[in-house]
Amino acid sequence: MESLVRYAPLLASGALVTVALAVLALVLATLLGALGAAGRLGGGRIGGAVVAGYTTVVRGIPDLVMLLLVYFGGQRLVNTVAAGLGFGATDLSPFLAGVLALGFIYGAYLTETFRGAYLTIPRGQLDAGRALGLHRLAILWTIAVPQLLRFALPGYANVWQVLVKSTALVSVIGLQDVVGIANDAGKSAHQPFVFFAAVLGVYLLITWASTTVFERLERYHARGTLHAR
Amino acid sequence: MRVDLVLANWTLFAHGVVMTLQLTALALALGFAIALPAGLLRARARRHPRAARLVNAYVYLFRGTPLLVQTFLIYYGLAQFGWIRDSWAWTLLREPWWCALIAFSLNCGAYMTEIVRGAVETTPKGELEAAAALGLSPHQTDALVLLPSALRRALPQFGNEAVFMLHGSAIASVITLQDILGAGRTLNAKFYLAYEGFVTAAILYMALTFLLVLAFRFLERRYLRHLALAH
Repeated sequence: MESLVRYAPLLASGALVTVALAVLALVLATLLGALGAAGRLGGGRIGGAVVAGYTTVVRGIPDLVMLLLVYFGGQRLVNTVAAGLGFGATDLSPFLAGVLALGFIYGAYLTETFRGAYLTIPRGQLDAGRALGLHRLAILWTIAVPQLLRFALPGYANVWQVLVKSTALVSVIGLQDVVGIANDAGKSAHQPFVFFAAVLGVYLLITWASTTVFERLERYHARGTLHAR
Repeated sequence: MRVDLVLANWTLFAHGVVMTLQLTALALALGFAIALPAGLLRARARRHPRAARLVNAYVYLFRGTPLLVQTFLIYYGLAQFGWIRDSWAWTLLREPWWCALIAFSLNCGAYMTEIVRGAVETTPKGELEAAAALGLSPHQTDALVLLPSALRRALPQFGNEAVFMLHGSAIASVITLQDILGAGRTLNAKFYLAYEGFVTAAILYMALTFLLVLAFRFLERRYLRHLALAH
């Protein structure tokens, strides 16, 4: 326990890395998810096929495999491109590889979340917008998006919780997140159990805190609706 | 892509597939063995409040934390205690294979507990009233009416969990096991490759995922035929 107190600041900095990684990956995933849903809904046959391929491939591969592929394969790609452009060797950091891999993976899940949310919007409302002569973007922005936020939130919260747990994998490629730090600290203090148990606590804390935040968001976006949860 | 090296080392991947399937199938079976009583307990929390609270804590802990850390806790963590190293259990717990299996089973059991609970709770009341009207005892009702009805309705979720476990089992390679991903990493290390081993592993995982999905679709078509009209 004493050593746990001594290492607490280090563990806290690792937890910050974990949260930063998760948030950045979520931002990328949200962009990819929005793009994917748009492609699936209005991208025509080719756009739809590309997105369908993306979600199928991602959901068929374990996240750890994707991460290693992005990290080691991506490093090779970076080297080739850098050499081609006449630059010296550039390193792909584990953090960046983690953001890219997790963002890519959870973008596929969010594609489905956003698509499902859009399809929940009653068609009549969109027809009404057209009947009023609104521009396509105006319909999207004033009618679809405010409701999308509400319909997509539960699925979005789910994806976030799964994503947070996936960040642990990035310690495998050497990131000093809360898992990586606990691994090293546990070894040098000869108390691996204590340190990994503490990591479990950190993840439970993150999960609990995000549940609270999302519940509030869901209540906020459901304001003015009947049967608010 | 050096396909020749992958093909020349196909036995590596064949052993990897066997190890992955073995770990996944055993974890699913053991997880189910945990989840059946635990899920029923959770669905009947009012009758067994104390045991249900224990199950709640188990489910919350294992669903709320990463499988990787759970595996590390068992594989690296338990070695911290002298009394464990001196006990008979150490013959199992020093082996990465057993540690992976224990971690995977406990994790899978927690997720399946929620699946079983949900399926039991959504069983139509009429089915249970019919069982009571036929004079079935509580045990007979569970075995002949409740579980056959609930478990087949849970088939789609069990299918998701099976895929989830197949993918999660790739964590075994982190604690030195030669599963599919382990084979990929070995190939890369042996020939200084950047991605060939991982691409091969990805293709194998995808093929297995596809087969698993097909298998569950077959099971669903067979055991959920009576629900087809409802959809």
